[in-house]
Amino acid sequence: MRHIISILIENEAGALSRVSGLFSARGFNIESLTVAPTEDASLSRMTVVSVGSDDVIEQITKQLNKLIDIVKVVDLSESAHIERELMLVKVRATGKDREEMKRVADIFRGRIIDVTESTYVVELTGNGSKLDAFLGAIDATLILETVRTGVCGIGRGDRILKV
Amino acid sequence: MQLTGAEIVIRCLQEEKVEHVFGYPGGSVLFIYDELFKQDQVKHILVRHEQAAVHAADAYSRSSQKIGVCLVTSGPGVTNAVTGIATAYMDSIPLVVLTGQVPTAYIGQDAFQEADTVGITRPCVKHNFLVKDVKDLAATIKKAFYLAKTGRPGPVLVDIPKDITNHKCEFVYPKTVVMRSYNPVVKGHAGQIKKAVQLLLDAKRPMLYTGGGVILSDAAEKLTKLTRMLGYPITQTLMGLGAYPGTDRQFLGMPGMHGTYEANMAMQHCDVLLAIGARFDDRVIGSPAHFSQVPRKIIHIDIDPSSISKRVKVDVPIVGNVPEVLDELIKQLEAAEAKPDAKYLAAWWKEIDGWRDRNCLKYKQGKDLIMPQYVIEKLYEVTGGDAFVCSDVGQHQMFAAQFYKFDKPRRWINSGGLGTMGFGLPAAMGVRFAHPKATVACVTGEGSIQMCIQEMSTCKQFRLPIKVICLNNGYLGMVRQWQEMFHGNRYSESYFDSLPDFVKLAEAYGHVGMRIEKPADVEGALKEAFIQHKNEFVFMDFATDPKANVFPMIAAGKGLSEMILAEDL
Repeated sequence: MRHIISILIENEAGALSRVSGLFSARGFNIESLTVAPTEDASLSRMTVVSVGSDDVIEQITKQLNKLIDIVKVVDLSESAHIERELMLVKVRATGKDREEMKRVADIFRGRIIDVTESTYVVELTGNGSKLDAFLGAIDATLILETVRTGVCGIGRGDRILKV
Repeated sequence: MQLTGAEIVIRCLQEEKVEHVFGYPGGSVLFIYDELFKQDQVKHILVRHEQAAVHAADAYSRSSQKIGVCLVTSGPGVTNAVTGIATAYMDSIPLVVLTGQVPTAYIGQDAFQEADTVGITRPCVKHNFLVKDVKDLAATIKKAFYLAKTGRPGPVLVDIPKDITNHKCEFVYPKTVVMRSYNPVVKGHAGQIKKAVQLLLDAKRPMLYTGGGVILSDAAEKLTKLTRMLGYPITQTLMGLGAYPGTDRQFLGMPGMHGTYEANMAMQHCDVLLAIGARFDDRVIGSPAHFSQVPRKIIHIDIDPSSISKRVKVDVPIVGNVPEVLDELIKQLEAAEAKPDAKYLAAWWKEIDGWRDRNCLKYKQGKDLIMPQYVIEKLYEVTGGDAFVCSDVGQHQMFAAQFYKFDKPRRWINSGGLGTMGFGLPAAMGVRFAHPKATVACVTGEGSIQMCIQEMSTCKQFRLPIKVICLNNGYLGMVRQWQEMFHGNRYSESYFDSLPDFVKLAEAYGHVGMRIEKPADVEGALKEAFIQHKNEFVFMDFATDPKANVFPMIAAGKGLSEMILAEDL
């Protein structure tokens, strides 16, 4: 099953490589990994998406907890949560495609944030499948470039990951 | 008072009451060595290769309860030390490894003797630090000592750039360490322990299985008390030998790939297994799938949650420090009204005794060729079973584990997890520094000993009266055994066409060398070495049967009850 693991980690040099190194050394799978400092500059928040059986995910969370720099680990998928991913897509937008691209972007509640005579950059957020659906909905030959941030997530309601 | 980084390093070691540092100087650590020179509280042991420095510090720790400390220079100093660090990591040995680094401004410039130490060692340390400001130095070293010893122990590395050792700041050694991200559990969950007590008392075929965690946490006495109280059979892994007396009837021998028939059969057929400070390693339980075919309840006590249910699903996990958990377990058992069922227990012991009667370790000592087992048995007799026995890795290691009965913890020093050839001799040095009057033997083979043989020079410098028991069969014995059994007798690169004359080599280093070729001479030679040459380093080169194999044996990937016994062949 797919799990979203949220991590609070000391914001120190090398912290990211400790986590990514752990995954590769133990043969755990990473679908995506995002990291950035939190409002408390001494802490970073990391979101790792991994696919594995319950036993594997249990090992992953235990091994993560064992890393000295890691303050907290939560498997968001254990209960209600929200996940979002940001995607920027550069597409060719000329002739009749220009209008069509704008329309599809609107349907997906995307925003066009860069315009040239021949291209658009579309900004889109949502869960992974929505982003996939957008890419499916537009003509693949028009896609010049895509970049995705990977998933970040947060628990719903009173579920709070804090020190 | 303002101190330089180098002075701070030494002051920190003094604050930690470190008596011995094993190391090797070099460019990046010159300021530190200069400060070492100016004091005599911390003694430096100069080895001949950085790998040996780490092994010696490691065994220093294994044989005592102290933290081993080593000091090496940047670049090749560190890369040479990596094997030692990985060895300590796999066996959870508390070490503090101080490494020099090129000056901060040079880092990343491919400077002379630069290596990404923190990157290279990251997967084989409990934690590591790169000190970028002299103001952080004392606190970082304090943390290193704290991390090494608490929780599941392990090596911690502190990488110190050369300029930092020359910068000055006010020296304050922190009294305590507070880390919001690191709070190891100590006490076990009382409710879980209660469940464990219930299972243990209801068991019909109970079994204790203990590992290195018992020794590392100094829980040998408590384990012995518990085992005697219950009257249950116990097996101890390679890393756990000596926690419970090896000569006691309740001890079934070591389990696993080269474990005894009775230990493996009892592990496989028990209905309740109490695992303490052990990790169901592949060399212990063989195939997890085969192991799980038999329904049994497993209680697992370990300080590291990630060791629980890693390879084998556990029914009652208890996370905590072994002595604390055993205290509570013993307390609850004493308070319990129910007692182990004597009738079932007697039947279980009868079954075990049946397995024991197979006498799975038997071998024949003829008149011509020395059997390796025989040497270990005689070593046991001559040393009164009271020596510190360090070993290298291979057949000799298994023979030593099988035939030397360890009655005390921390007496059997070997690289169990990583299986590092070359460990034995430097380990024996470390033991001797921790126990300056002890009898220290290094059981090795002609393959392993040559991987750190340069340390005979260190042994001379520090007059270490170690006794090397080299079981010389001309082959990489364990490799040869696998090639014989699984690769159609094709002995690919496992035979040494040329070997040094170890007697002359020992003499060249200023030691005593002995060559023993006849079974009848074994005992006399050992006595001569351990009694007449008590205060000298003796290299004993035993010509042993090149065809001798270690039995019982479980082939890789097979189950515990699928042993190959010597009698089967």
